[in-house]
Amino acid sequence: MSTERQIAIHVPVLARVEGEGALELRAHGDRIEDVHLRIFEPPRFFEKLLEGRDHAEVPDMVARICGICPVAYQMSAVQAIERAFGIDPGDWVRAMRRVMYCGEWIESHALHIHLLAAPDFLGFGSAIEMAQRHPAEVRRGLALQGVGNELIRLLGGRSVHPVGVCVGGFHRAPSPHEVDRMVSRLRAALPDAEALVAWTAGLPLPRSEQTFNSVALRHGKEYPMNEGRIVSSGGLDIDLADYERNFEESQVAHSTALFSLHEGKPYLVGPLARLQLNLDRLPPPVARSLEACGVRFPTRNMYHSIVARAAEILLAVHEAIRILSGYSRPTMSRIPVRPHSGVGYGATEAPRGLLWHRYEFDGDGRVRAARIVPPTSQNQARIEEDLRQSLEEYGLAHSDDELRRRCETVIRNYDPCISCATHFLQLHVSRA
Amino acid sequence: MSTRPRIAVHKFASCDGCQLAFLNLGELLLVLAAHVEIVHFAEAGPVNPEVPVDIAFVEGSITTREDLERIQRVRKNSDHLVTLGACATAGGLQALRNLASAREWSAAVYARPEYIASLDTSTAIARHVKVDFELWGCPVSSRQVLGAVRALLFGVGPLEERDKVCLECKRSNIVCVMVTRREPCMGPVTRTGCGALCPRFGRDCYGCYGPAEAANTESLSRRFEGLGLLPEQIARRFLGMNAAAPEFAEAAMRTRR
Repeated sequence: MSTERQIAIHVPVLARVEGEGALELRAHGDRIEDVHLRIFEPPRFFEKLLEGRDHAEVPDMVARICGICPVAYQMSAVQAIERAFGIDPGDWVRAMRRVMYCGEWIESHALHIHLLAAPDFLGFGSAIEMAQRHPAEVRRGLALQGVGNELIRLLGGRSVHPVGVCVGGFHRAPSPHEVDRMVSRLRAALPDAEALVAWTAGLPLPRSEQTFNSVALRHGKEYPMNEGRIVSSGGLDIDLADYERNFEESQVAHSTALFSLHEGKPYLVGPLARLQLNLDRLPPPVARSLEACGVRFPTRNMYHSIVARAAEILLAVHEAIRILSGYSRPTMSRIPVRPHSGVGYGATEAPRGLLWHRYEFDGDGRVRAARIVPPTSQNQARIEEDLRQSLEEYGLAHSDDELRRRCETVIRNYDPCISCATHFLQLHVSRA
Repeated sequence: MSTRPRIAVHKFASCDGCQLAFLNLGELLLVLAAHVEIVHFAEAGPVNPEVPVDIAFVEGSITTREDLERIQRVRKNSDHLVTLGACATAGGLQALRNLASAREWSAAVYARPEYIASLDTSTAIARHVKVDFELWGCPVSSRQVLGAVRALLFGVGPLEERDKVCLECKRSNIVCVMVTRREPCMGPVTRTGCGALCPRFGRDCYGCYGPAEAANTESLSRRFEGLGLLPEQIARRFLGMNAAAPEFAEAAMRTRR
């Protein structure tokens, strides 16, 4: 093996990620010169599009940032808007929002585990190929994804860009009959969700020991989804309103997404970060499944993210059953909203991690300014740090093809949502 | 070599939500994959953007110079080109930028503008290449995409739904939200296909399936006025996910004049 080998790997279109990203790796001998997740998804400038719009229009507009996690965008937005106006929609709305978020976690995580990530670990190019050899597992995954979608439909009418969420609550409360049917579907899915945790833990995952700073919400009583303070494994513990003082975004040449840093360093958001910071908030049956699966948490192996996703699917199924089992239809599914000028912050746990919103309203309740920080731009620096460390561990002596595959596996493990990550930059006009 | 028909799914500026019409098919996705060869669909795995196909589905709008060229290559490589959803068919929500003055947008200050190159418009695919069939919706449904695949494989054009959401409501016995609750519903001018989802949920349709056939936007605008909406509020009703669809764009302009 010559130390003079020049490595130049360029993957122009990354497969099995949401949105448009590319990989670039340049190395000389055993030294990595450059390794980048290049994001070239064209920005859509959502924050600008929101200016001047009425607060009531925001939930339907921000959903369009991401087709895979529209509920997350709606949830962070309604929370921020309600805080700005100083209103509290009450327990029923709070409970139903958690149920709807459970649906999105189940749908998004099941999609990622089966259609995007698992083919890497089992040596297939796609889930469709994987289904030839592992038909039962792929079917189980698609069925769980379907249960998640159904749960979103219960409250939203459709699973992509649901229409049920509004500032102050929901446009419609489901009937007890619909809820009963949903609870039966969820109960029937429990064994699949249990089995999935064990299956992901048994996958031939690469070993990789890394140190990373996890950032997630933490709530006084429950596993975080819609509420909580922002905490980190490094000891951070702040209110949502202090996010901008603790995290900074910067722009880099190879990406249309902004890079987020905390105290000048990369950090991790998403299911693994969430789980590590909230192990004591798991409902007992989920904690038991996780203990029995053979992977010890907290872990330093980033690839255990797939196990964390499976554990969160199980958690979401349990939570939805628990909440919906005591369902009664309220007389009002939303509370009245009286807008006034002000600033509001919202942060929730999107499937891919912390999703932070800030809105400023004028006296008529129209958006004066908006700022949205999605999970993938927060993870981008961590992904590049991981790529570098993983390649150093793996060794550059591998063939170009092996190096490329390893890099893609690293990236996909974060479930980057590139469509989400790139709507923030302001417009630079280049006339056609 | 496979003799199955070949399909491709291409992505331009979008939220990826219309691709989910495929990825949310569940077991039907495996059935579909047995009947057609999916040669390019980056999110699902296969990446072969330059291989000739029988049907290319295109999600997203054109917003960069590179994409202007890429859509030409997609067209050249495809027997049938079908747009998937509001972005590809009408420019999407991001086409709201078309209404902003370029100067106003570019005056916004940011750290390193030279890193970003974006056109000042977001445009529908049909503005650049011939489109054989358009699937409206934000998002499109699995029923629509499977219907299109099936029809095209049989050598016929897919059946197009041009009726208004309003008619769908009447057929389904849904109580009119405009008449009973004075909601500014877009149902009278919006194409059906969603199953009148919003009125079913007791709320106003917001036009995500785009303009229906013979949409009388002028009359609806007057009705909105009667409900007490200000001209700017009426304009915003038309400036949603299909803001650049000609019927809606004109309705908004007319109100703002």
